[in-house]
Amino acid sequence: MTMTDYYTLGDPVADTKAPDGPIETRWERRRFGAKLVNPANKRKLTVIVVGTGLAGGSAAATLGELGYQVKSYCYQDSPRRAHSIAAQGGINAAKNYRNDGDSVHRLFYDTVKGGDFRSRESNVHRLAQISVQIIDQCVAQGVPFAREYGGLLDTRSFGGAQVSRTFYARGQTGQQLLLGAYQALERQIAAGTVQMHDRHEMLELIIVDGRARGIVVRDLVTGEISTEFADAVVLASGGYGNVFFLSTNAKGCNVTASWRAHRKGALFANPCYTQIHPTCIPVSGDHQSKLTLMSESLRNDGRVWVPKAKGDTRVPADIPEDERDYYLERIYPAFGNLVPRDIASRAAKNVCDEGRGVGPGGLGVYLDFAAAIGRLGRDAVEAKYGNLFEMYQRITGEDPYSTPMRIYPAVHYTMGGLWVDYDLQSTIPGLFVIGEANFSDHGANRLGASALMQGLADGYFVLPNTIGDYLAAGPFPKLDGENAEVAEARKLVEDRIEKLLSINGDRTVDSFHRELGRIMWEYCGMERTDAGLRKAISEIRELKAEFWQRAKVPGDGEGLNQSLERAGRVADFFELAELMCIDALHREESCGGHFRAESQTEEGEAQRDDDTFSYVAAWEFGGDTPVLHKEDLTFEYVHPSQRSYK
Amino acid sequence: MSLKLRIWRQADARDKGSMVTYQLQNVSPDMSFLEMLDVLNERLTLDGEDPVAFDHDCREGICGMCSLVINGVPHGPEKATTTCQLHMRHFTDGETIDIEPWRAAAFPVVKDLVVDRRAFDKIIQAGGYISAPTGSAPDAHATPVPKADADLAFEAATCIGCGACVAACPNGSGMLFTAAKITHLGLLPQGQPERDTRVIDMINAHDEAGFGGCTNTGECTSVCPKGIPLETIARLNKDYRQALRASS
Repeated sequence: MTMTDYYTLGDPVADTKAPDGPIETRWERRRFGAKLVNPANKRKLTVIVVGTGLAGGSAAATLGELGYQVKSYCYQDSPRRAHSIAAQGGINAAKNYRNDGDSVHRLFYDTVKGGDFRSRESNVHRLAQISVQIIDQCVAQGVPFAREYGGLLDTRSFGGAQVSRTFYARGQTGQQLLLGAYQALERQIAAGTVQMHDRHEMLELIIVDGRARGIVVRDLVTGEISTEFADAVVLASGGYGNVFFLSTNAKGCNVTASWRAHRKGALFANPCYTQIHPTCIPVSGDHQSKLTLMSESLRNDGRVWVPKAKGDTRVPADIPEDERDYYLERIYPAFGNLVPRDIASRAAKNVCDEGRGVGPGGLGVYLDFAAAIGRLGRDAVEAKYGNLFEMYQRITGEDPYSTPMRIYPAVHYTMGGLWVDYDLQSTIPGLFVIGEANFSDHGANRLGASALMQGLADGYFVLPNTIGDYLAAGPFPKLDGENAEVAEARKLVEDRIEKLLSINGDRTVDSFHRELGRIMWEYCGMERTDAGLRKAISEIRELKAEFWQRAKVPGDGEGLNQSLERAGRVADFFELAELMCIDALHREESCGGHFRAESQTEEGEAQRDDDTFSYVAAWEFGGDTPVLHKEDLTFEYVHPSQRSYK
Repeated sequence: MSLKLRIWRQADARDKGSMVTYQLQNVSPDMSFLEMLDVLNERLTLDGEDPVAFDHDCREGICGMCSLVINGVPHGPEKATTTCQLHMRHFTDGETIDIEPWRAAAFPVVKDLVVDRRAFDKIIQAGGYISAPTGSAPDAHATPVPKADADLAFEAATCIGCGACVAACPNGSGMLFTAAKITHLGLLPQGQPERDTRVIDMINAHDEAGFGGCTNTGECTSVCPKGIPLETIARLNKDYRQALRASS
């Protein structure tokens, strides 16, 4: 098949909302240029926010404080459980409290470069500017960040950054930031500005007269389907890493809200950009249901190695020093064990592909603390990493003080997402997308401690300022179930549920999801090739067809039915998986988390092709043949260079 | 290993419910407890039976969604471990395991092992926050916080809101949960302006939500997966008395 059998080329897209001129003043000028909503009119305007993580929780709380009527939805039993809660490392901010040369410009520069020159300068600069306000906001809310003995905030250097700009709360930064946003949200619920709908799942977007005007939701406890209306809809529904089945995402994380919007016309940008984290606990068997991340900070003191010989099954203690290959130190002498995430991940894959992996199935490498314990003493290592060592022991039953940890890469974050302009509005008027669900700030690779920063920047500061420009034209005409477009959206949901329940086949939904994940990991994971991606697309299509013939979804739609919930999500993952592979197939270059084997330097490093691929790939839904719209990226402030870590 | 599972099955909130026995073979010691239930559910699905409903999400011990009483103990036999982090290597071949939902007046059963914990959100709504609308904050370094206070506040703030404390308490009290938030916010300078109203309002909301009173039994802290200490309740009591005095 030729490329045009997989997709067609549409008109280019442009971000028309970002002002030009000096980058330092763009955000200020955009805010000044945006229309304002009279305070008395705000309470006549309703906004739906889907998802209650850092982006959705902070947005709903802030919109409520501004006086809008907010309706908030999450699939969990409480907004406090969104998966932002599991983020460990920290949050970046250009405070320069350390006087170590940090600045807004440096954070901006590092983020554009770290994203491998596939993000927008305007967006990233705004993110760096806002980062300083986020820390102020969170401290005012009582987020218990780590502090020095003088009572001021502590910071650390993270993910290879040369400045110390990462604020943290032990290994639970995400939890503490999310609880801050959750508490602000609960305050607004008590004040009556936010109506909370937990255990509700968005299953369709309602578009009336070309504007996003509501959603169709299912009450997961009663099974009731209802239509919910608003003047604008905000999706803060997170990333789609669970398309791989095994990932560090929570089990419930899904793409359904984004995918339903995509099917209704919202462009989906750069779906193939996924981040694979190098330090996760390896798979222990066929029963594995999810993967657990071990903080990247472990690489500061742990040494990564595998046996030099293939198929060496000796226990690590029996392998003498000269028969070990400390491959990161060997290949990257300058950065050693601290090379960026994508490089560390791919190197682990390479040694395992050579047959030198360790542990069950040969899919693991050692992360050895013997040298650190020898140098610093066991107590010092315990003080630094004690809680991580305990977690490792709890899961694996092995003691990392006496035997090396085994680690392996796992899917962790998705940089791609729904396309948004500078105002965070999608291509559907009135549909805004924030946090991991959009694509805007991380390019082809996200830096450590930047996900929390982006989620909160979008939710607390960007969206509440930009959405007013859209809402100033409202309130829009009242809607009810009689409206043809509303009735049609509702019927789509009801028909789909009925269809899923009526297949009554002989294979479980999870078994399909596992198989889909295996295909994606194999062909659209750490290393992608033209032939592999073509194979993946055809296998996914076959499996998708089989799913609709053979899936077994027990029970009915009348009450709590967790199998039905999963079936709907997996059905959407099939469609997304196809698009991810098509995106990866068309991007015949390596950049950030996307490594195409055909595009590498002589030393085996990723090779970008700026002449051909310096654009955002924004896909329009088109069934089997999506339509590609390109948004050209231009770099006025940070000049593209090739990364080197040798 | 092979196991005999006795699991609480209840079709919905109105159903009376009962324990149902299942045999499960070929359980690997490396499985997590929830993965063991996944295996059971895969089998029940193929056999045309209704799979067991249970709450879970992150499966790494931080979201607070998983909630099983295992052999009579919330989150099972391992100290400071949520159900999702509990592994089958802690059980023995041929063992009988009882699996039940949280049982407390404030947490009605939704289905099988799933309960409604929104009463916790109600307590937070009553005052479990610092009023700091977005945009109003001074520079983060404007107010230093003594490290000891910040560290203690953090310890209390690690509560994951799972509700094991309530399930373990003979009175069905939510006092450890409430005290953890009172302690977190009350130790910080930013939390002082609302300190008195916070504790009074949160205790009132706690009582209205149907939680029982605290009699210092201490079961709560012994099952808490995050090890929130009993002293937090002493701190709450002190704050409560002070606030009542100040308001009278």
